[in-house]
This record gives sequence, C-alpha cells and structure tokens, in this order.
Amino acid sequence: MSIDTINNDFADLFEQGKSLLDDKSSKFMNTKREEAFEQFKRLGVPTLANENYKYTNLVPAFDHPYTVDLQYRTVMGDLNELFYCDVPELDTNLVLLSNGWYYNQNRKLDIPEGVIVCSLQEAAEKHSEIFDKHYGKYAKPNEEGIVALNTALAKDGVFIYVPKNVVVEKPIQVINLLRSDRDLMATQRNLVVIEENAQAKLIFCDHTLTHSKYLSNTVSEINVAKNAIFDLYTLQNQHLNATILNSVFIRQEANSNVLSNTLSLYGGMIRNNHYTLFDGEHCENHTYGMYLMDRNQHVDNFTFADHAKPNCVSNEHFKGVMDDEATAAFTGKIHVRRDAQKTEAYQKNNNLLLSDTAVINTKPQLIIDADDVKCSHGATVGQMDDDALFYLRARGINEKEARMMLMFAFAHEIIEKIRIDALKDRIDELVEKRLRGEISKCNTCAIACNQ
Amino acid sequence: MAKEEQDKILNEVTQSDYKYGFSSDIDTDFIAKGLSEDVVRLISAKKNEPEFMLEFRLKAYRHWLTMKMPEWAHLDIPPINYQDIIYYAAPVQKAKLESMDDVDPEIRATFDKLGIPLDEQKLLSNVAVDVVMDSSSVKTTFKEALAEKGIIFCSFSDAVQEHPDLIQEYMGTVVPYRDNFFAALNSAVFSDGSFVYIPKGVRCPMELSTYFRINAENTGQFERTLIVCEDDSYVSYLEGCTAPMRDENQLHAAIVEIIVKENAEVKYSTVQNWYPGNKEGVGGIYNFVTKRGICQGAHAKLMWAQVETGSAVTWKYPSTILLGDYSSSEFYSVAVTNNHQQADTGTKMIHIGNHTKSTIISKGISAGKSNNSYRGLVKVVKNCEGARNFSQCDSLLLGDKCGAHTYPYLEVHNKSAKVEHEATTSKIGEDQIFYCNQRGISTEDAIGLIVNGYAKEVINKMPMEFAVEAQKLLAISLEGSVG
Repeated sequence: MSIDTINNDFADLFEQGKSLLDDKSSKFMNTKREEAFEQFKRLGVPTLANENYKYTNLVPAFDHPYTVDLQYRTVMGDLNELFYCDVPELDTNLVLLSNGWYYNQNRKLDIPEGVIVCSLQEAAEKHSEIFDKHYGKYAKPNEEGIVALNTALAKDGVFIYVPKNVVVEKPIQVINLLRSDRDLMATQRNLVVIEENAQAKLIFCDHTLTHSKYLSNTVSEINVAKNAIFDLYTLQNQHLNATILNSVFIRQEANSNVLSNTLSLYGGMIRNNHYTLFDGEHCENHTYGMYLMDRNQHVDNFTFADHAKPNCVSNEHFKGVMDDEATAAFTGKIHVRRDAQKTEAYQKNNNLLLSDTAVINTKPQLIIDADDVKCSHGATVGQMDDDALFYLRARGINEKEARMMLMFAFAHEIIEKIRIDALKDRIDELVEKRLRGEISKCNTCAIACNQ
Repeated sequence: MAKEEQDKILNEVTQSDYKYGFSSDIDTDFIAKGLSEDVVRLISAKKNEPEFMLEFRLKAYRHWLTMKMPEWAHLDIPPINYQDIIYYAAPVQKAKLESMDDVDPEIRATFDKLGIPLDEQKLLSNVAVDVVMDSSSVKTTFKEALAEKGIIFCSFSDAVQEHPDLIQEYMGTVVPYRDNFFAALNSAVFSDGSFVYIPKGVRCPMELSTYFRINAENTGQFERTLIVCEDDSYVSYLEGCTAPMRDENQLHAAIVEIIVKENAEVKYSTVQNWYPGNKEGVGGIYNFVTKRGICQGAHAKLMWAQVETGSAVTWKYPSTILLGDYSSSEFYSVAVTNNHQQADTGTKMIHIGNHTKSTIISKGISAGKSNNSYRGLVKVVKNCEGARNFSQCDSLLLGDKCGAHTYPYLEVHNKSAKVEHEATTSKIGEDQIFYCNQRGISTEDAIGLIVNGYAKEVINKMPMEFAVEAQKLLAISLEGSVG
C-alpha cells in the first residue's frame, strides 16, 4: 500500500467513525480532534522524506489491516489477577490500561488527598477546568503527523493531577497491556499535571500479552509547574511484532526539576519523540535513555530540548548496544533561542556495535541563537575498550564474561540515574538478563510475553 | 612584527570593509540573459568543444530541468530567477596569448590590484597561477616549466582541446551531473576552470593555484576544476576568489573533482572571499559549490583546508570518498560569518576501504546577525573494516544576534568502526579578554588575537602565503562586530 492509501484510510476511518469518536468524549476534546485531523490531512504519516524520520520507515508498520477500537472494549477476565508486576520492594500505585484504554476495574490507589488519577475521558468531563487548561497545549499536532493522528483518534488514557504542595511518595506505575486476539492499533493519550511545589514519580510500562501484531501510538503531555519535581521512567518491553510510537511533551515552568529515563529493552520497532520546553528560568532537566537491541529490532530516539528561557540547565545522555541485525537511530536537538542566555545544555550519545550487521545512525544537533551559553554534544560509535578487556582477562575472567561485564558497566551509567532504588535494582537485573540473551521478563510473570 | 607592519595591518583592518570590491572596465563578451538548450549549445560552440562535451552538457541540462533547488540547509535564500542570469561572460582577448604582454593591460591592472602577479618574473613565491575572470581563464603561469615534468596545468577549455581523452575519462566521475541541483546546472553551463594532471611518481615542485574573479554584472560564474593525481604523486593546490561590490546577488556554482590514486597525496586549500554583501545584507555572492574527491588507490591521501569568510550565502561540503584501503582524508575549516551572512558548510567522509581514516576539524565563528552551520556526514559502510573517524566542531559566538548550529550525521554499519564526534559552542571568555586588557591590549585586538588562536589549528594546515592572507581576512571579516 502506498502512503497515500494509508493516509486516505485514516481519513475514511475518521469520517466514518466520527460519531463513535465523539461519543463519550468531552466537547473540548472533540474540538481538538477536528483541528488535529486537519493537520493530519496536511502532514500524513511521516515518511523517510521527513528529515526527522530519515532513519525510521514507518510505512511498513502502518501498512497493515489493524483493528481500531473506537470504544471501550470489555476486558475478559480480571486484569488485576492476570497481571501483577513483580518487582521486589517496589511499592507502587498500580494503574492498568488495556490497549490504551483505562481499565474500568483498577484497584483503589493509596494517594494523598487531592491527587487525581483517573481515565482521560473521566477527567475531561469531571475535571474540565484542569483538563481544558492543559489538554492539547503542549503536544505539537501541527508538526508531527503521528501526534496529529493521535489527537484525532484519542479517546482515553491516563490522567494524573498532583495539586500544589502535595508530595506523592509512592510512585505511580501505569502499565499498558496490549492484549488482543486480532492485530490491533492502539491510541493512548495521557495528561499529567504537576502543580507548584508538588512532587511525583511516574513509571510507564508497556507489555504485549498476545502474539498479535500491534501498532501503539501514544502521546503524553506533561506540565511541571514552578518548583515542582517530577520523574518519568518509561520501560519498553514488547514483542518483535509490535511497533511502539511514543511521544512525550514536557513543559517546565521556572525552577522545576525533571528527570526522564527511557529504557528500551525489547520491541520490534520503537520510536520515541521526547520534547522538553523550558518555559521558565532556572529549570533543570535530565533526559536519559538506553536501548538494547538485537535480532532485527529497530529503535529511534528523537529528542528536542527547546530552551526558550534563560538560565536553564539540560543534560541529555543516551546509550545503546546493538547486536545481530538491529538498527538504531538517535537524533538529539538542542535549540537555544535568542535571549535564552546563560543556558547550559549538554548532550551525549554512545553506542556499542556488537555485530557487522548492526547499524547506528546518530545525529546530535545544536541550534544556538544566543551567545552566552555553554553547549556541547558528543557522539561515539565503537567497540569495547581492548585495554579494559585485557585487564579483566589478565585476572582470569573469560572473554565472554569480561565482555558481559563491560557491556553491563556501559549500560549501568544510565540505570544508575534512576531515582527509585527498587526500580534501579530491578532494571539492573533485567538488563543483565537481557545482555545474557535470556528472555527479559520477570520470573513470576504469568504472561507469555516476548515469545 | 615590525611596527610599520603592525600599523599597516591595523589600518587595513579598521578601514577596509571589503577591499576587493572594485570593478574593472574590461571589454567583455556576453551572451544574452537566460538559460535554454540553445544557450547550452551556444556556450559549447563558443568554446569550440568536441561532440562529447556538448552531449554531457545537454544531458546535464535536461536532468537539471527535472530538479528542484534543495531547501534542507539552514539558509534563508530568496528565490533565484535562473532566467535572469547571464551564463557566459568572458573578457575579449586577442587571438592566442604568446607572452605576458598580450594580456589586456586592464586585466593585468585588475590582478595587480588584487595582489595576484600574472608576470612570472615578478613572482616572489613559487606558485603557478591559473587566473579565471568571469567565465574564462585569462592566463596560466609556469605552464611550460611544469610541462617539463609531465605535469599538465592549464585552463579547463585548453584541456578540452589538448587532452580530450583525459577529460572524457575523468570528468563527471566523482561528481556526476545528476549529483545535485547545482552540480547539474554547472555541468550544463560551466565555462572554464582549471585542469591538473600529475603523472605517476611526480612530486609537483610548486604550489598550483587558481584565482577566480567575478567582474561583469548580472553574470553567474560556473567553473569546474578537475585534478587527477596518478600513483605516488603529490600536489598542493590553492584556490582564491573575490568579486566586486554590487547590490545584486550573483550566483557562483562550481564543481571541484579530485581523483587521488595509489600512494598519491593532494592538498586542496581554499580562501573564499567573495563579496559578502553590505552591512544591511544587500548584495553578495551566492556560493553553491560541490567539491568532492575520491581516494581511489590504497594509501591515497586527500586534505581539504578552507577559510570561508566571504559570500552572502555559502552552501559547500567538500567531501571525500575513501575507497582505497588505508586511504585517509582530513578536513580543516574555518568559517566566519558577519552581518547578514549565512553559511551552511561541512564535509562528508564516506568510508568504504578497509582501515580508512578521516579527521574533521571545523571552527565556526559567527558575528553580527549571521548564521553559521556545520553540517557533516561520516558514513562507514558495511564491509569497511577498521574505519576511524574523529570530528570536532567548535563554534564561537560574537554577539547575541547571531546563530551557530551543528548538524552532524554519523552512519555506522560496521562494528569495527570507531567514530567520534564532539562539538562545543561558547563565546569568548570574559576572563580571556580581561587578561589581554590587563596587559594593555585593547578589546578589539584581544578578540582578533583570541579568534586567530582559535582558528590556528586550521590555518596551520594551509600553505604559508595563504595562512598569512587567511589571518588578515579573519581580522577584516570581524571588523566592527564587537562593540
């Protein structure tokens, strides 16, 4: 199918499914939906001709007759029973999503008063004063075709609101389960609002539970108000037949502090769009990412740090290990706008290639329009340090183990940035398993994923 | 440095904006404005070219018609009307030149003013020069002396007449006419340029140089340089250019092709100083150049060194294809933009042969309201073992209205490759200026000093005469940018 046919099919879907899409969605959402659809008609699904998608061809992923759920589909069985996240000592507020829809039997959460965690649909109706203020304000449907598509088709997802001065101690863990007996395209839309002085930690986990082919298009909008502290951890662990498009838009107000860590462990094709807008002075942002790819997997991390205000600090570090026929791409953009003086922006991308058929394409970019700044970027592609290898071998460690240790050390630099200890230990364990070629799922997991 | 010398330079720095901005009154042979198949045929006929050249031009022209001007660069270029350009202008000359005396005195005066000696006797330095004015080559010096060694150094037109076999063999092999919009345009209408052929085992005893000058109004300059270096040979080639100050934008679209065979070495240095437009950004040259070399044999070596200070818009990516095993390439660049200048420049290193090596050192300096981008590609193909690349791109910002951008592309398809890229952006440290001030050096001079130090790594790679010119140019280009 050509790209035009794909785009036309979506247009047909939108027009024919309009009444289903509008049903149960708030009026505000539906207005945004219309606007976004116009943008999608203009942009379409990005192709290789789009400079930002130069190394990721989405057309084959879209070129498939997926089922699209325009309404909540009742989940068979109790997801709470079927799935439980087994991370020792990681006590989280667990929220389940099924194919991008907020699960209607989620357990009651242990959250401070005033904090809202609910479905996006519910928030649009019940908390419209918050919802309308933030929804659709940070994502860029006018620039990204897949964001426009998401906004046009989105009906549900998770909504999180942390009021002023409230600290949510227990991390909120949102698990999106892709579970369908038919090939499915899921659209998920999340909105996170962290008010002044508030603090919260959010973990997004994606899991595929059946062998169907999936295309998941998720957009998350996150607003972090003054003096707030926010952590975002994204764990991507799907099967080879899944395409994950994950776009995150973060807006930071003055003095806020955000840490984002995207860990791609497994998945057929992963595209992460990570936008950060510095919309206040003295913000601090740390964006980290790690990708471990083998077989014919593909991962593409696109980040954009938009320094619109002076005196902000951003620090970005992505690391990847590629084996077999895996391909990876990294695009990091830092834009320091005119008058965003005293900006400090750093960016690094390191890659290890383990086979001759693995490919890495990296594009770290600096766009600097202010003079009093400190900006740097660096990218490396290489193999393991022979000296380090020799050092280990000289101490009686066999080559395979020595390589494993070095690879693990390489990845650990990103893992150690995680600010939740239990999660950090867990990821360490998962990564080690992953590097040893064992299936990277939890021991007690009841679900047959990754097969 | 002697006191007078210092004063002289200071005087030059403070007074001149663009000192090559005069124009000369020379009898020039124009053709009508516009571009069509007839114009292509006319240019070919005027140059009395063999059939294969005309065919090449026509193929290129027909292909050009199907292409669009590229828009991906970080440049803001107003639409160019390609029918509003004169594609051929050449100074009228009497028959064939026998000696120096036959060169039009006005042309001689022009080049004397530019400091380019056409007269071999007066030459101080050991440099052979090919002088190209508007569309055609005026004079090539030391031609005979070089011929003794078997070196061919002549204008492209002469080469077409005298060595058609070589031209046919090599032209378009490195930059095919289909390569890009400007390469296709150039291939259709190019008028002249230089041709260099270094036979096997010969080390060229002197620096070869081409000096390009745009003089006529409303014209575009389209020249083509072809350098072929046989096994075990060596040549150092320099290129310089200037143009008069005019309110219009003139188009310059050139092609440089370099073929380096086994164990051969080529150094290609450029000091690009086309008219950059005035302080308000009116006028100036659009410099759209395709430069590419291929290291064909094992251990071949190609070095690019460039100082880019001129042109309203620069769009230029000297590239190397590293085909031979153990071949290597280096790219050193200083790009300075001031006022409303825009530059999008960098390099491409394509690693194909095993154990190939490349180094990229790029220094960007932006001042005024200019934008300066580095755009580069390092590609390691699948079967290329042991490739090594190191890239460093630094940007210096002088003033808060300018921009410095870096767009490196690293594409690695082999695990044995080691590719590193690093870039920094900063302004001149206040502590550095303070240090100089403390020692009685004025702020303006301090900045000149610091900028020169910053660019030294690149300028050191240039031949002596060029290095001196380049340093002065840096100072002039930045004149008035610091307040």
